Amino acid sequence: MNTVPSSTFFTAPPEWGWLVVLYFFVGGLAGGCYFLAVLIDFFGRATDRPLARLGYYISFPCIVLSGILLTLDLRRPERFWHMLIESNTFRPMFKYWSPMSVGSWVLTIFGLFSLIAFVSALSEEGRLEWPRARLWRPPAPIGTFLAVIGGLLGFFVAGYTGVLLGVTNRPIWSDTPLLGMLFVISAASISASLMLLLAERSRLTVSGVVALHRFDAWVVLLELIVVVALMISLGPVFRAWLNAWGVLLVVGVIVIGMLLPLALFWRRDLLGERNLVGTAALVLIGGFLLRLVIVFSAQGV
Amino acid sequence: MAEPMGFYTDTTVCIGCKACEVACKEWNQLPSTNGGQNTLSGNSYDNTRALDGIHWRHVKFVEQFTDDRKDGRWLLMSDVCKHCVHAACLEVCPTGAIIRTEFDTVVIQSDACNGCRDCITACPFGVIDINPASGTAQKCTLCYDRLQAGMEPACSKACPTQSIQFGTIRELKERAQKRVQQLQQLGEKRAYLYGADEKMLGGLNSFYLLVDKPEVYGLPPDPKMPTRNLQLGSWLSGLGALLVGIMGVISFRNRGVRENAVEDRP
Repeated sequence: MNTVPSSTFFTAPPEWGWLVVLYFFVGGLAGGCYFLAVLIDFFGRATDRPLARLGYYISFPCIVLSGILLTLDLRRPERFWHMLIESNTFRPMFKYWSPMSVGSWVLTIFGLFSLIAFVSALSEEGRLEWPRARLWRPPAPIGTFLAVIGGLLGFFVAGYTGVLLGVTNRPIWSDTPLLGMLFVISAASISASLMLLLAERSRLTVSGVVALHRFDAWVVLLELIVVVALMISLGPVFRAWLNAWGVLLVVGVIVIGMLLPLALFWRRDLLGERNLVGTAALVLIGGFLLRLVIVFSAQGV
Repeated sequence: MAEPMGFYTDTTVCIGCKACEVACKEWNQLPSTNGGQNTLSGNSYDNTRALDGIHWRHVKFVEQFTDDRKDGRWLLMSDVCKHCVHAACLEVCPTGAIIRTEFDTVVIQSDACNGCRDCITACPFGVIDINPASGTAQKCTLCYDRLQAGMEPACSKACPTQSIQFGTIRELKERAQKRVQQLQQLGEKRAYLYGADEKMLGGLNSFYLLVDKPEVYGLPPDPKMPTRNLQLGSWLSGLGALLVGIMGVISFRNRGVRENAVEDRP
C-alpha cells in the first residue's frame, strides 16, 4: 500500500456481481434496441418498419428483465421502492446528482415508453386487436412525440450505467470519464447485432437490414477507438489490468468482439452465408465480456 | 444545530489494546465474525482485518522493521468512519437512507437502506459494508444514540490512553495542533494532522495525528468526491449518443442502400 497509482485504491468493492453484469448487458439492449428502432422509424423506409418493430419487441422484455435483475441484486429486494419513494416521508426520492437515483426514475419511465411501443408494434402487426395503439408510433403525431422522448430515454438507459460506475471511488471505474460513452456506443453495437440476428432468423429481407449491418460496423469501429482511449485515459491505473482481466479485455473484447467482426464486415467472403450471423454473434460476445471485465476487474483490485 | 462533534485520534499513543473495537461491538450489538470462530489473519496482531458492516472500529497494526529486526517501530491506529463534511456516501445514496445529523456526523438509517451498495463504492476510505444480519449498509454512527442522550461514544470512552478523543471539532483541532507542536519540539518532525484541514473533503470530523505517509496507514493521500466525474462523464456519454445518432441517421436514411436488399446482404 505504500505506493499506489491513485487514491481510489483504498476503497472497498461493492460486490456487484453477475446480476449487475447481466443487467448492464440487458439494459444496454433495452435502451439500444429502442433508440435504434426509433432511428429506423424516423430515417428508414416504410418497408423497414418490421425491423423497427423487432427493436421494440426486444426492448420491452429486456427492460422488464432489467428491473428484475436490479431488484434481485439488492440486499433487501423488498425495499426496491425506496429508490423512488422516501420510506420515512413517502415523498418522491430524487437526487439529480446521483446516477443511481436518476437511473431508477428513468428506468421506470422508460419502461412505460417501451411498453407503449411494444403494444403499438403488436397492434401494427395485427397480433393485438387494438387499432388505436398504432397511433403510438411514428408517423402519427403522438407516436412521434413518444418516439423522440423514448429514444432519448433509451440513450440514457444505455449509458447511465457507465456514468454510475464513474461516480464512485473504485479504481478503473472512477479513474476515467469514458465509461458512459463506451456503454452508449457498445449498447448500439450489441443492439444492432441482436436485431440483425433476429432479423436473419425471421428471414427479414428489408433494406434496413443492410443499413443496420453497415451501421454496426461503423459503431464497432468507434467502440474500438473509445476502448483504446479509455485504456490510455487510465494512466498509471492501467496496471490494474495487468492480469487475467486485462488478457480477457484484449483477447475477448478487443480481438474477438471488435477486430474479428470488423474483419468480417469488410471481408464478407470469409464466412460466406454465415457472415452476418458470425459477426453479430461475435459483437454480442464482446459486448458481454466488456461489461464482465469492467465490473469484475475493478472489484478485484 | 449543535456544534459539530467528532473524533481526534492521536496514533502515537495508541497501544493496540482494541478496547475501542470491543466497546463499539458491545454498545452497537454487532455480531462476531463466523459465529465467534475467529481465524488468524497472519497480519501482525490484526485479526479484525478491515472496517466492514460488523466492524465499525478497526485497530491497524503497521510493523516497520529492518530486515534483521534490530531497529523498527510499530504504527498503531484505530480506524473508523471519518464523518466527512462533504460525505461521498451521503452524496450518492439513492434512497436517502444516509443523513447528516445535528452533530454534523453521518449516519445510515438501517430501516431505509435497501442494500444497493452504491455508498460502499463511493466511500474513499473503504469504511462501509453490508451487515449480513440486517442486509443493509452499516458503519460507525459516532454513537448517535449516545450523543442524543448527552453521552460520549463508546470507543473514546473505553480508550485507556486517550488516543481516541471525542469533543467539538473546534476544540479537538486546537488540542491536536498543540500535540503536533509538542511532538515536533520533541524531535518527531514527521507528526502532522490528516483530515483536520478543510481541503480534504471539507474536513474530516474524525481526523488523525500521523507520523508517516497516509498510505502507510491504509489511508488515501488525496480522497475525492465521486461526483467529480459526473459532469464530464455525462457530457461524453451525450457525445457518444450523438455520434451513434449521426451514424444511425447516415445509415438509415437510405443513402447508398439499394432497393433490392436481398442481393446486397452478406
